[in-house]
Amino acid sequence: MSQLDPAIDHLLRRAGFGASAADVETFRDMSLTAAVAHLVDYAGRPDDVDERIGRPDHVQVSTNNLFAPDIDIDDARQRWMFRMVHSRRPLQEKLAMFWHNHFATAFSKLANDSGTKQAAKLLAAKPGSLRGPMGQIELFREYGMGSYRDLLFRVSQDAATVIWLDGQFNTKTRPQENFGREIMELFSVGVGNYTEPDVYAAARVFSGWNLRESEGYSDNDMNAYKEFVYNADQHETSEKTFSFPIYSDGSKTIPVRSESAGMQDGIDLITALAFHPETARRLARKFWNFFVSEIVPPHPAFVTATANVYLQSGTRIGPVVYSVLTSPWFNDPTAVYARYSWPAEFVVRSIKEVGWQNFSVDKARAPMSNMGQALYEPPNVGGWPLGAGWFSTSTMLARSNFAATLASSQKGFLAAQLQSQANSPQALMAAMLDRITPAPFDSMPQQALVNYLVAGGAWNGSESQVSTRAAGLARLLVASSEYQLV
Amino acid sequence: MNISRRLFIRDGVATVTIGLAAPAFLADIAQAQGIPGRRLVVVYLGGGNDALNTLVPYQDSSYYSRRPTIAIPAGQVLQVGADAAGRGLGLHPRLTALRSIFNEGRLALVQRTGYANSSRSHFEAGDIWGTANPQNSTGSGWLGRYLDTLPRPVDALAAWNTTDETPRALKSAVTGVPAIANAATYNFGSPNQGVAAQQERNTAEVMASNPAAGRPHLALVNGANLGAIETLDRVAEARTYTPTVAYPNNGFALSLRTVAGAIVKGIGSKVYWVSTGGYDTHAQQGANAGGAYANLMGTLGDGLGAFYTDMRNQGLSNDTTVIVFSEFGRRISENGSGGTDHGAAGVMMVLGGSVRGGLHGTAASLAPGNPTLENNSGDVHYETDFRSVYARLLDGWLGVNSVPILNGDFKAGAPAIF
Repeated sequence: MSQLDPAIDHLLRRAGFGASAADVETFRDMSLTAAVAHLVDYAGRPDDVDERIGRPDHVQVSTNNLFAPDIDIDDARQRWMFRMVHSRRPLQEKLAMFWHNHFATAFSKLANDSGTKQAAKLLAAKPGSLRGPMGQIELFREYGMGSYRDLLFRVSQDAATVIWLDGQFNTKTRPQENFGREIMELFSVGVGNYTEPDVYAAARVFSGWNLRESEGYSDNDMNAYKEFVYNADQHETSEKTFSFPIYSDGSKTIPVRSESAGMQDGIDLITALAFHPETARRLARKFWNFFVSEIVPPHPAFVTATANVYLQSGTRIGPVVYSVLTSPWFNDPTAVYARYSWPAEFVVRSIKEVGWQNFSVDKARAPMSNMGQALYEPPNVGGWPLGAGWFSTSTMLARSNFAATLASSQKGFLAAQLQSQANSPQALMAAMLDRITPAPFDSMPQQALVNYLVAGGAWNGSESQVSTRAAGLARLLVASSEYQLV
Repeated sequence: MNISRRLFIRDGVATVTIGLAAPAFLADIAQAQGIPGRRLVVVYLGGGNDALNTLVPYQDSSYYSRRPTIAIPAGQVLQVGADAAGRGLGLHPRLTALRSIFNEGRLALVQRTGYANSSRSHFEAGDIWGTANPQNSTGSGWLGRYLDTLPRPVDALAAWNTTDETPRALKSAVTGVPAIANAATYNFGSPNQGVAAQQERNTAEVMASNPAAGRPHLALVNGANLGAIETLDRVAEARTYTPTVAYPNNGFALSLRTVAGAIVKGIGSKVYWVSTGGYDTHAQQGANAGGAYANLMGTLGDGLGAFYTDMRNQGLSNDTTVIVFSEFGRRISENGSGGTDHGAAGVMMVLGGSVRGGLHGTAASLAPGNPTLENNSGDVHYETDFRSVYARLLDGWLGVNSVPILNGDFKAGAPAIF
């Protein structure tokens, strides 16, 4: 089994992407309390991971041209995978992925609208790398632990969101319902807590929340950009009444405002939605599934407690996450290995555990798409089909074959590292399970693995035997159903 | 391995059946179940298809006044006659292949399909069409419940889903449905060659055969793992198929080509699931019968046309029925972005060599205030309950009693599509 305290292993699978050998060194002597604090209070550690791209002792990236992750979506995918493997702030990447699913925005529609380079920039550009606003994912890195009201506001005025949900066309004569609907259905209160007339009212609230282009804009000019603009003369100024309170006095009506003051309509609605108790409960349930368990439904007391932290902290996510990770439900034995890994979690954890020598994250790009999760390309605005939804024969086969690709690439290294610990098949198995950490095996699969090690003939520990069987064993472990659980 | 255990999952609880897994034998079982040879290909248009631009009421002046930019000009529609009230209708001009099938009498167009209080949420509406239950759309799917009626042991390829994710309609209690999105990559890789690689595959199969008693989530993943390994060889056989026609080079048509390969190679699946997306056309659908929506129609019509012709050339058209549906129709009036927002009733299509083609149902009248509309005349109100179309497919095509599968009798009012 892993060389870490099982509670810390569990924590690292949930608040990070598992533990590499280097992570084991970092966490080996930490208490659980210190480990949670280390993961959550990451702001004090520098965000220096991108500077390490290209270092020979790190996982590699591949590109035909200059590596350009701010304007090339495949490079952006690689940069994100690299960050997941090597960031010293794994929770930052984990939450960025959570928000990417929550505010699911897909590259392909942005590319249809603005070309592939601008689309990559809209989603992935680091702040300050090029002229124009930062990419949407960078919003999640920057503000993902701050107040949800603030995040919702920033996402609502994010150019990628505006294009994705057609806000650029929302005008006073023809309000556009796409964003107005989704902000209630998916970004806040959820189905059942708003009405169809609320959708029409929300569309009017956000009329004039459009886009503008930088001067002389062209899709291929990397310093050109699109950004949010409030077009006052496209705002519909009449009052808008909702089925739920907008203001703290219980009033459900956004008053008539002048065109120039009309952006406040949207700010008021965003604030009301962020502080709506059903938003608090819905986010609590999503955090349960993301951090605690997908097998046991959200415990009502957990939902209440987490929603209270959310509301009492002014919708700040940092205290919510800290509360979740230190809650009794998180450390309950029933929560261990009680989630289905997302493809990104599976791929990153397997790279961390099996090894990455001479391995490029580019090798994971096509497989991840076959597993059902191309980063920056959620299937629709509802995000990915989580939980059991990740698993079909096709997607499981893609995981299985990625395990083969990874084990194949590490074959020589595994053999060299494990040769001295391969005196018997049992010893090889134990050494392998020190680094690769599936959920516990029942006796039947356990026995099958031992049988595999000696299936080619009696154990003699020869170099060729260890080379073949260590790689084969790594492949089988990573492709096992047990390994898909985190 | 001749003996294998197969796991199927019911709400996370595994049940185990034991059967012989020799491929030819299972294909025989598949052929013996239900009405021999008959199969259903389900095509889902993801995002909410704009039915009024698919089947155009080109004589309705309100259609043109409410869609000043995106209406299909009357002179361009492919006329398919008139409904019972004499209202002329025409297909989108990019659906030439479908019009040919219509003219052969093998395409049924079922107008204004839907249900009361139509959901405007993609996800809820998709689940309602999948479960066939507008009141509670969280359970198993209508096709999953059909598959559960097949005699046991059921073939691992009783159904074939060409997408990555199992759609709600195929969620079942006791029948696993493989997802085979890309037959070309549907194989088992290894870091080794030869005997060792084969041993890995055998080992993986044994490991995934673990019933995992008391660990339903593990059993669920085992089901996917085992389902993959057990279908590898037959999928490899299906992908050797050489079609009789050239399929267009897009994902939708290539999925249909895969389906054709499975059918011609005698895999024996009863239900195939194919989907094509991009129908959530809130903006810039295109003017003058061109643009984004026209491209969607071209993809749909050309793909279905190739598939229909391929099946006919193979002499399999009479045993193959295709249905096309979407989760809702769209708003009658275009919005300010040259698109349409989420609406209500849509159009279903049914095609195949045994289908009784023609126009079924009546068109809405799009003038504000007309009783065929709802939502302050914003949307088309349904006329034919979508479950009655399902009922006809179950009773009249697949040869099972629709009542228990649909949890109700929807035979009345079902269009006579067979």
